[in-house]
Amino acid sequence: MSTPQIRVAEAIARIPYARFLGLRAELKGDELTLVMPFAPHLIGNPVLPALHGGVVGALMEVTALTQLAIASKAEKFPKTIDVNIEYLRSGRPLDTYARARVVKIGRRIANVQAEAWQNERSQPIASLHGHFMTPEADEPSV
Amino acid sequence: MSEEKPPQEYQSGESALERVQAMTRFTPLAQALGIEITRFERGRVWGKVPHREELVGDPETGVIAGGVITTLLDHLCGTAAVSGMKIPVPVATIDLRIDYMRPATPGQDIHAEAHCYKLGKSVAFVRAVAYDDTPDNPVAHAVAAFMVNSNNGRKMGANLRKPKS
Repeated sequence: MSTPQIRVAEAIARIPYARFLGLRAELKGDELTLVMPFAPHLIGNPVLPALHGGVVGALMEVTALTQLAIASKAEKFPKTIDVNIEYLRSGRPLDTYARARVVKIGRRIANVQAEAWQNERSQPIASLHGHFMTPEADEPSV
Repeated sequence: MSEEKPPQEYQSGESALERVQAMTRFTPLAQALGIEITRFERGRVWGKVPHREELVGDPETGVIAGGVITTLLDHLCGTAAVSGMKIPVPVATIDLRIDYMRPATPGQDIHAEAHCYKLGKSVAFVRAVAYDDTPDNPVAHAVAAFMVNSNNGRKMGANLRKPKS
């Protein structure tokens, strides 16, 4: 049996860029956690060393998109309209996790928040707030 | 690193471009993505990420992933902030806002230009656009703020130690 959730999680594995980042999806019910295992090519500051802000942003963006796809029971990924990323702590050379919360799904636009953390869930390294075009809005109205 | 160096006049021309390119060369992620810095002026940089299959976000359409554009814009914005400095110091993103105007044309390289329009002592403000043909027809637009001298007081390998709790 493949539920929409599982299909969405499998869809991540088919995204070439998600593979480049090494993303892995963990699903508990309808809640998704994306794991980005540490890899040397994700480093942005080799001195500290710290993860590149861009990959942390990308991780949260994929998480937000996927959680929204699950919440809206859509087969297709929504389109990003904008993302606002706040960096809270430097990303250590460790595995990074991200979860997203769908704040509102409107007729055309959905509002989603995401957070990324490493060792401690209570110590997020970055947060994202984004607007996405709901997949239904792309379809021609019947 | 920079503490021992005497203040130097801001360099321009080829050596400065090389310095800015070296920044990208020593960033493992920028290397992995294949980000190139193509042109540089004080506080402004131009760069691109060449199209590659593994950077695609939607296998059905072949459109490059939004995350790649996020990374390119973040990297170029940071580079623009450093390119405006007399004595280069590391920067870290405080926040980054990206508007996605349209999907990138499949198979095209993504170009971007970033402008650091205010370089303060503690914070640098940068904006950037990403495009696949001309800057007038952008794929995405970014506004970012960076902490200047983000390694301040932290030694090499600081992030390898356990955080104080």
